[in-house]
Amino acid sequence: MSHCCNASTDNWEQVKASCLAVLPEHIIAFIESHKADEHPESNLIAILHKVQHHFGYLSQEAMHAVAQLAGIPLAKVTGVATFYHLFRLQPRGKHMISVCMGTACYVKGADKLSARLMSELGIQFGETTKDGMFSLDNSRCLGTCGLAPVIMVDDQVFGPVTPSEVPIILEKYIKKPKAATPKPAGEA
Amino acid sequence: MTDQMIKLNIDGENLEVPAGTTVMKAAEKLGINIPRLCYHPDLSLEGACRVCLVQVEGFNHFITSCSQQVWEGMKVQTNSPQIRQARRDIIELLLDNHPMDCQTCDRDGNCELQRQAYRLGVRERLFEGKRKQCPTDESSRSVVRNPEKCILCGRCIRVCAEVQGVTNLSQHGRGFNTVVGPANLGKMDESACIQCGQCVAVCPTAAFLEKDHTEKVWDALSGALGKKHLVVQTAPAIRATIGESFGLKPGTPVTGQLVTALRRLGFDAVFDTNFGADLTIIEEGTEFLKRLNGDGPLPLLTSCSPGWVSFMEKFYPEMIPLASTCKSPMQMTSSLIKTYYAEKKGLDPKDIFVVAIMPCVAKKYEADRPEHRLPDGDHATDAVLTTRELAWMIKSYGIDFTNLPEGEFDRPLGVSSGAGDIFGTTGGVMEAALRTVAVKLTGEELGPLVFEDVRGIVGMKEATVTIAGKAINVAVCDGLTHAKTALAHIQKGDKAYHLVEMMACPGGCIMGGGQPYPPFEMDVLDPKLARIRAQALYSVDSHKQLRRSHENPAITKLYEEYIGEPNGEKAHELLHTHYHARMPRGIR
Repeated sequence: MSHCCNASTDNWEQVKASCLAVLPEHIIAFIESHKADEHPESNLIAILHKVQHHFGYLSQEAMHAVAQLAGIPLAKVTGVATFYHLFRLQPRGKHMISVCMGTACYVKGADKLSARLMSELGIQFGETTKDGMFSLDNSRCLGTCGLAPVIMVDDQVFGPVTPSEVPIILEKYIKKPKAATPKPAGEA
Repeated sequence: MTDQMIKLNIDGENLEVPAGTTVMKAAEKLGINIPRLCYHPDLSLEGACRVCLVQVEGFNHFITSCSQQVWEGMKVQTNSPQIRQARRDIIELLLDNHPMDCQTCDRDGNCELQRQAYRLGVRERLFEGKRKQCPTDESSRSVVRNPEKCILCGRCIRVCAEVQGVTNLSQHGRGFNTVVGPANLGKMDESACIQCGQCVAVCPTAAFLEKDHTEKVWDALSGALGKKHLVVQTAPAIRATIGESFGLKPGTPVTGQLVTALRRLGFDAVFDTNFGADLTIIEEGTEFLKRLNGDGPLPLLTSCSPGWVSFMEKFYPEMIPLASTCKSPMQMTSSLIKTYYAEKKGLDPKDIFVVAIMPCVAKKYEADRPEHRLPDGDHATDAVLTTRELAWMIKSYGIDFTNLPEGEFDRPLGVSSGAGDIFGTTGGVMEAALRTVAVKLTGEELGPLVFEDVRGIVGMKEATVTIAGKAINVAVCDGLTHAKTALAHIQKGDKAYHLVEMMACPGGCIMGGGQPYPPFEMDVLDPKLARIRAQALYSVDSHKQLRRSHENPAITKLYEEYIGEPNGEKAHELLHTHYHARMPRGIR
């Protein structure tokens, strides 16, 4: 006498289907093509790169899908994703701000600058503002020590920057979308 | 490995050891214990803590003795002033990032970090280090995770991956911000954790602990929960291990003292989970014989171990139809306490408080499973104490455990056969089942009692037992990597098992996640320790009059008075359960 012989108790097909729906085809194909490798888990970093390239970051959903489809325990996937600086766990904001933490900038007050940025934006390094406008990160020397301390917003370098100038710089970018039509000349 | 011998010198003494021996092992041959934290003899090498450093002539840097193999002519110093200083520095650095709250810590007195700090002579603190700040995760019903106490030795990660095949834990982040936890550092309760508690057993500090139920039990005992009839049941494995907490040698059975101690604590009735074990054999045995006769799929997988059940539901849900629908002995006993026993005593089940003493942290989770509740939604088991928790309560009360007179379990749920006792060790459930199945199949009154092939701490065991001309293929798996092996055979169809015993912990319940931390000279997971503890149960069994579950008169009476037929309607209502796939799905 057994209670549950007639009903299928497996959930793999559902789990698999939901995971396939998360990832784009070329990544699924990449995972599949390496499944028979001797050490399929050694492709994890390559897979994560592809996922980040496609989505801009590694969402929990995507990492779960990678784990299930590649057969690598999720704890290992997130362990690797959090270890490497290059992997982002949050969507990238519209504008990327990075604060130079090189020696010159640091000596010139990059820490105070970072603190001001964090309080203005309400986020820490590696995070993105709720409205999706800014992401904040730190970087190694940008090679513009003469301007220390510097920050970079997208491709533009600002320096030397004092903490009190932070809101003025941010304002430029917040205002931009509203005034989207009359574009300033130099910023195509 | 060749049997080539290597000559070396440790602390001025010459010795010869086989090639491939590590310096740490070679030193042990001389009776020198090199301090260690991340090292564990039954897990892979990590080399993370650096406490086991030694000095080797000709090298100007120190070498980790856990990972370095000996070479011919090697000269090692294990206790030079420089080495002692280096080890002390390492421990101090660990302490700099550790909450200094030993007096209020659960592991006070049996913490390995504390022990090494004392041993290496850290007597003052020179710096106030920056400390990592992480919230404690209490989401799991079995395991509490406190990363602030973690020293990143990685033992939990290794036991979870290598012994249990679960791989639910990993290091996240890097450098100072490294934290050990489940995927995404999410909640344990929402992770692939199967609640076995082996992380708790191997943790050198209090970074993993069982979920505390002692407060609840003190409240019940003091009457703070209202006037309750207090009932306790104790699992087979407790009698073989709790003595260790009171300084007795491992392998000393203390059934009688345990019963008396529980009465002194204030319980009104002291029952034996062995009774539920005997009952499990009747129910599971009946289920097995039916399936053997073609009514249902084979093999039958046992279902006593809640860690295994959880593993099956998360990792192998397609195997659910193979699992026995029997509740565990604990849940059978608790269900009967709140029905059969309550009716006999004329008590309202709501006025009964049931405490189960278990070698297991997964039992805390099992007791809370909705599928195990009584028809009115109440818990059958109200609190589950691990062996460690009970030992602490006995000490806290001030009971002189080792000098207690021997007591006897109450009736009727305290009567049991030796088959119930051996449930606590790997192979025990199988042997107990075979004892009864042999009699039922042959129709003779007596049959074999000892099934040597399913005994022993040897990893996975397989055997073919011939009963009444019928060959029965059995497998016994302790530790979930072994379960995986058996399940792979079942999936491939290359082994025609009929009956498979599954226990989540390596060695079975005697080595459960809730058992006493072993004495200094032994390690958790040590097969020697498992053998000694198992022997205690086999000796209790061999001294019993009743050796087969179906010979238990209290069980016979229970069926006559209350249950009716094994696997019948009443049995299904009270003694059986069901399972379903659970998320997140584990990666095999």
